[in-house]
Amino acid sequence: MRIKTWLVGGALAMAGLILASGCGSGSKSKPYVIGGIFSITGPQSYLGEPERNSMEMVADAINAKGGINGHPLKLVIYDDEGDVTKARLDAEKLLQKDQAMAIIGPSLTPTSMTVLDITQKAKIPLISCAAAASITSPAQDRAWVFKTAQTDQMAVSRIYQYCQKHGIAKVAILTMSSGFGVAGKEQLLSQAAQYGIEVVAQEVFGEKDTDMSPQLTNIKGTPAQAVICWGTGPAPALVAKNLKQLGLTVPLIQSHGAASKKFIELAGDGAEGVIMPAGKLVIYKQLPDSDPQKAVCQEYAEKYVAKFKTPESSFGGYAYDAQRMLDQALQQAGPDPAKIRDALEGIKNFVGVSGIFNMSLEDHNGLTPDAFVMVKIEKGQFTLTD
Amino acid sequence: MPIFAPLSQYFISGLTNGAIYALIALGFGIIFNSTTIINFAQGEFVMLGAMCAISIYHLVPSLPLAFAGGVIIVSLVGLVFERLALRPVGEASPLTLIIITVGAGVFLKGVAMLLWGKESYTLPPFSGEAPLHLGPATLLPQNLWVLGLTLVLVLALEAFFRRTLMGKAMRACAYNPRAARLVGIPASRMVQLSFALSALLGAGAGILIAPLTLGVYDMGTILGLKGFAAAIIGGLGSLLGGVLGGLLLGLAESFTSGLISSGYKDAVAFLLLLVVLFLRPRGLLGGRQ
Repeated sequence: MRIKTWLVGGALAMAGLILASGCGSGSKSKPYVIGGIFSITGPQSYLGEPERNSMEMVADAINAKGGINGHPLKLVIYDDEGDVTKARLDAEKLLQKDQAMAIIGPSLTPTSMTVLDITQKAKIPLISCAAAASITSPAQDRAWVFKTAQTDQMAVSRIYQYCQKHGIAKVAILTMSSGFGVAGKEQLLSQAAQYGIEVVAQEVFGEKDTDMSPQLTNIKGTPAQAVICWGTGPAPALVAKNLKQLGLTVPLIQSHGAASKKFIELAGDGAEGVIMPAGKLVIYKQLPDSDPQKAVCQEYAEKYVAKFKTPESSFGGYAYDAQRMLDQALQQAGPDPAKIRDALEGIKNFVGVSGIFNMSLEDHNGLTPDAFVMVKIEKGQFTLTD
Repeated sequence: MPIFAPLSQYFISGLTNGAIYALIALGFGIIFNSTTIINFAQGEFVMLGAMCAISIYHLVPSLPLAFAGGVIIVSLVGLVFERLALRPVGEASPLTLIIITVGAGVFLKGVAMLLWGKESYTLPPFSGEAPLHLGPATLLPQNLWVLGLTLVLVLALEAFFRRTLMGKAMRACAYNPRAARLVGIPASRMVQLSFALSALLGAGAGILIAPLTLGVYDMGTILGLKGFAAAIIGGLGSLLGGVLGGLLLGLAESFTSGLISSGYKDAVAFLLLLVVLFLRPRGLLGGRQ
């Protein structure tokens, strides 16, 4: 008797499941699965969290309007914790288990390099939010990879342009030992000659280091006219503090990784007078109304603050631009990854928070050094400078 | 002399970091003396001291209050830790107890992450940021605070252990717990006290260093390891050894970082530890065992 009940119950349940799944697979409302891999926890969570938030914010807004051509967006976002192995596993999960048709992220250069290896082979478009130029170059090996973050190459160009303009010919560089720092150092060294700059000192610091006075003491003894610091997280703020404490009077130029209010908070008095390239989001209020990026930045900042009750960040902006570009591509091309890739490559004049994107066959970042403005910290605020 | 200027700067930053390692090493030494175990949660006491002081300061902008509050709260945490995590295990093997401290350390770090997030926080320096010039080197007022307060704490500890009855009782327990018990010294009370004292020293170290290095939930791990290395280098169980080990480590780090390469800074602690363990395992001043 018992076994019969179980059999009947089981059969009914199976029938019910088959019916239900049958109903769900109507192609009209089939969701578009988009993957996300970000460093949501771990030391780079200040990158991953706003990126995840921004991606979700855009997707929710689209879904509220009925999705893309009637298809809702389904986001599957994984946390790689800043770890290369986890990023790899997340990517494999997204491709095999979740069947994502495109992936946004990761947040960091080393994790991006690992993931793009997998997505290139699987022929799924990837839009990275990390800085290194090597993510989208050489172009012929990166057909399926795009990125929205401005490259370190551009940031360095912008900084050296500034140095040229202000008569700074000898610089000391102080770079972090992370992927971001190492990539930045490469750019700083390789572009120096082009701009007539001589690198008179090279020092390194660790991500978790708390005292950079030995390195700065070494720099103090050189004829450097400016110190260029390349890093992210709290360490660059400590560099700014130590610099002031040691009595170095030369200007301190940071990378765009320091372009956040947290840097000002942590560096305290040391932040005064620090110069850096930044995306326009940081000073959007000071932009003229004629700048097409002003409206986009304003909308993003206001919506982000209203929804998440924390200040907007340029890092979140990378994912914001990525999701919006992806939505445009999906609108045009539908769910076929190859068509999405083509649509992404064809994007022109896309006004984003991070810049105005013009993608092409050779350039999957689509930005120019104009995506950066030079800002100076005056009285605890970022101000546009020249 | 051009070479003298940077050397004196390395010396000062080395001494400052060294003083912090010394305080942490003392914490290890005190608990080791009374229980023969290594408390691997010591680094987390340092972190909690810094974070509590920062939170208190955000509520009431008074540095003395933040300092006192941080130290008191973490001393209590040390007491509770001993009571809840170690006492119930009773006479378990030292290895078991050590592993419990490791686990407790991870737990405390997790709690800190939940309470304070992964952000870094600042604590204002105790008496301003205006650098002082000592010849070719610059010294911050905070450096002086670190060195001065460390000296005061070490001297106070010395006096406590040599002059007061309770201090002598603790030393008695360290030499021979059974005999101490026979003489009527409440060993378990002494163990509790040693934890509170270690936590106090750790918290003090954390609050002293926070204005210079920022407070963040995971600052305890590497500080604890380096403090442990300093304790071993100087001789585990010896007060003076802990101080010497800490200062030596701080100076070695600073000079290596400045003269050779800043990339090797963290490696110095462990390299030095290995050298000492190979050549003089009892530590420089030959600790307890």
